[in-house]
Amino acid sequence: MSRPFGQLPGWADYVLMPVLNLGVAFGISALVVLFIGESPWEALTTMLDGALGRGEGIGYTLFYATNFIFTGLAVSVAFHCGLFNIGGEGQAYIGGLGAALVALAFDQVLPWWLTAPIAILAAASFGAAWALIPAWLQATRGSHIVITTIMFNFIAAALMVYLLVNVLKVPGAMAPETRTFAAGGQLPKLGWLLELFGLKIGAAPFNVSFLIALVAAFGVWVLIWRTRFGYEIRATGISPSAAIYAGIPYVRLVVVTMLISGGLAGMMALNPVMGDAQRLQVEFVGGAGFVGIAVALMGRSHPLGIVFAAILFGVLYQGGAELAFWIPTISRDMIIVIQGLVILFAGALEHMFRPALVALFARAIPARAG
Amino acid sequence: MTQTAAAPPAIELVGIDKSFGQVHANRDINLAVAAGSIHGIIGENGAGKSTLMSILYGFYQADRGDILIGGQKTVIRDSAAAIAAGIGMVHQHFMLVENFTVLENVMLGAEGGATLARGTAAAREELKRIEREYGLDVDPDAVIEELPVGRQQRVEILKALFRGAEILILDEPTGVLTPAEADHLFRILKVLKEQGKTVILITHKLREIMAITDTVSVMRRGELVATRRTAETTVEELAELMVGRRVLLRVDKGPAAPREVRLGVENLTVRDGRGVTMVDDVSFAVRAGEIVGIAGVAGNGQSELLEAIAGIRRPASGTITLGGKSVGGLDPAALRRRGLAHVPEDRHHMGLVLPFEENENAILGYHGAPEYCRGPFLSLDAMRRDAKAKIEKYDIRPPNCRLRTANFSGGNQQKIVLAREIERDPDVLIIGQPTRGVDIGAIEFIHRRIVEMRDAGKAILLVSVELDEIRALADRILVMFAGRVVGEERPDCGEQTLGMMMAGVSGGQGASA
Repeated sequence: MSRPFGQLPGWADYVLMPVLNLGVAFGISALVVLFIGESPWEALTTMLDGALGRGEGIGYTLFYATNFIFTGLAVSVAFHCGLFNIGGEGQAYIGGLGAALVALAFDQVLPWWLTAPIAILAAASFGAAWALIPAWLQATRGSHIVITTIMFNFIAAALMVYLLVNVLKVPGAMAPETRTFAAGGQLPKLGWLLELFGLKIGAAPFNVSFLIALVAAFGVWVLIWRTRFGYEIRATGISPSAAIYAGIPYVRLVVVTMLISGGLAGMMALNPVMGDAQRLQVEFVGGAGFVGIAVALMGRSHPLGIVFAAILFGVLYQGGAELAFWIPTISRDMIIVIQGLVILFAGALEHMFRPALVALFARAIPARAG
Repeated sequence: MTQTAAAPPAIELVGIDKSFGQVHANRDINLAVAAGSIHGIIGENGAGKSTLMSILYGFYQADRGDILIGGQKTVIRDSAAAIAAGIGMVHQHFMLVENFTVLENVMLGAEGGATLARGTAAAREELKRIEREYGLDVDPDAVIEELPVGRQQRVEILKALFRGAEILILDEPTGVLTPAEADHLFRILKVLKEQGKTVILITHKLREIMAITDTVSVMRRGELVATRRTAETTVEELAELMVGRRVLLRVDKGPAAPREVRLGVENLTVRDGRGVTMVDDVSFAVRAGEIVGIAGVAGNGQSELLEAIAGIRRPASGTITLGGKSVGGLDPAALRRRGLAHVPEDRHHMGLVLPFEENENAILGYHGAPEYCRGPFLSLDAMRRDAKAKIEKYDIRPPNCRLRTANFSGGNQQKIVLAREIERDPDVLIIGQPTRGVDIGAIEFIHRRIVEMRDAGKAILLVSVELDEIRALADRILVMFAGRVVGEERPDCGEQTLGMMMAGVSGGQGASA
């Protein structure tokens, strides 16, 4: 009875809110650009043209988007269970180790399409393994998963530097990275896909991982909304007490959900490691694990929303690089500020405009009816 | 509803109208409450009572209409304005600072300066005067959390009077009280009336309306459908006005035919998370074909008892048997497979996942059953077919199995839970608060279903804080107080006997709560 009628119509929730958040982020970015004496309009067109203007730009945009789809899905699966997995960064990093080990072992004996499935399994299971201990501690000891997964990001970073410098480095080489994989350890580019639309891929590293990401997105949708396990995940995430009443085993559910989440984050490594650099490098994840949080928030933890949000962030990444190149006064740091603003409004301040919007709709609807 | 008396009414509402989105919560309400009277407002959940009172207390603004206080048109923007206009509100859930004293709580918001000393002395004097005048009898230096609920409620009344309330609104005031405490509250309200205060009593208990009010207004679906002099109406007429059709207030049931023991509880002790003993060495048995009711004021261990039997809470000691076999340590899912169904006390936090679609909630707890699954996948077809059948059988409204459960009314939500648990045809059914927050029309239906289950030979354990409900349904009544079963009675025993047992008074002394 006294419950607030705080619901928005679907289109406002899924379209108007993100557009509004994005608009404000761009608005403030425009002020920043204006402040350093450049034209916001020119900056915007440079950015969009760089990201979407040519085939190569689109290739890069989708390459970045692939990373974000994986990490966004990872965050969203945990979200549905009420868990905040901040550890995508570390899980992806360790996932890269799994993918690289498979590629190093089989790249000279197997064709890519046989190496790839093994590498996917390895990347996913390495990423999942990295989520296991935080998940176990959360489920049985109540150690907060936000804290433990952050810690594990640092452990992953230290471990990978140690391995790359001391174990996996090519003897005599300067760079802390593995040898370059042979053709059997490389994921082919998707030039043909862009050519269907009359676009040229150029040097862009847009590769098969994108298709794997789309399959993963569909798989997450099936898991969450069509399986018994997904039902248990959602029940636990929304109402832990109702889940206990229903006899859903909490420990097993939390652990398995985090394994799936970590596995998805681990699969992200396929894209940069086997699709782009063709070797394992230090810090190849490059913050994609954290961007995944913003992507999942903006995409409402729905796979379709995550794909769109990931492409948007791909545009920001690629367009930002172009912007720094063409307008030198807008430095690389400036781009990070703009990206940060988008993350701030679309992610962290997601609900800032919601109450006002709800009030507006509550007032507008009876006015229309009466 | 014309007011022809010389003195203007204490409160007059003229054409109050309020909508939330598409929900028309109050529709052209006209109401006059005479000064120095006790006026009852009854109606089912969602009839618009709370909205109307929230408008009066400044929580909401009406879309249209005027409020007249003592004949003067008044705009009430917030609760401060309501207090200034002489309106005091006693909420269903008390708004008290638990570790403050009575005096500190009463002063809160009226401290009178940066240093408390002068304000405190003045407040103490004023408080004493009010207590004497209205016979409220509360120690100003007692700490709130150490007071029984009935006295905490008196502090709420004191707070309102301290702020100069001439009009007192009480929202479901007896929900948390023992019968004796409720009687005491009514005596206080009568004194307030004699002193010229105006009281508005919101309740869904028809008996209270008949016992204490001078006039009564009935709300239904946002409209004020009738106002009657209490002396000139009957319980039956009010119930019919509330629901819009004739309702059967008595439960029709024949004598019980108990058979073998289905649910056994022996020496059960349950502690809560802090190690406080909530259920203390409780033993009883429920037989096939009988309803055992557990009466008691909320918070005396009934909830923990239910949760222990349902496998949600692990008992500290004691045994629980189902059909003669010990089931200690089994989880809720395993207990369900052995034929135990559980309608939880709190459907919002336990019985339902509110954002889920109706058909998803219709399988909660049974979502692993083979008829709803195909391998690891849920069979949406089977779920929806099944949900539709239950919606029809239980007359759940609106009949839409894809609707979010949160959008159903309380009564219909409860029917969703009952349909789920009863339709599995369990051997043992444990039910907590089957009709809490459920409207009269649905109560009748739910009671009939429970009796049908009994007649079909099921063992039923029923926990309710509504004494009338226990007395109407149960074949035997156990009374719980402070975690113990303090006695067993037949349902035809006097209400006073039960009331005293619930208050922890054993023997024949009168309760002095």
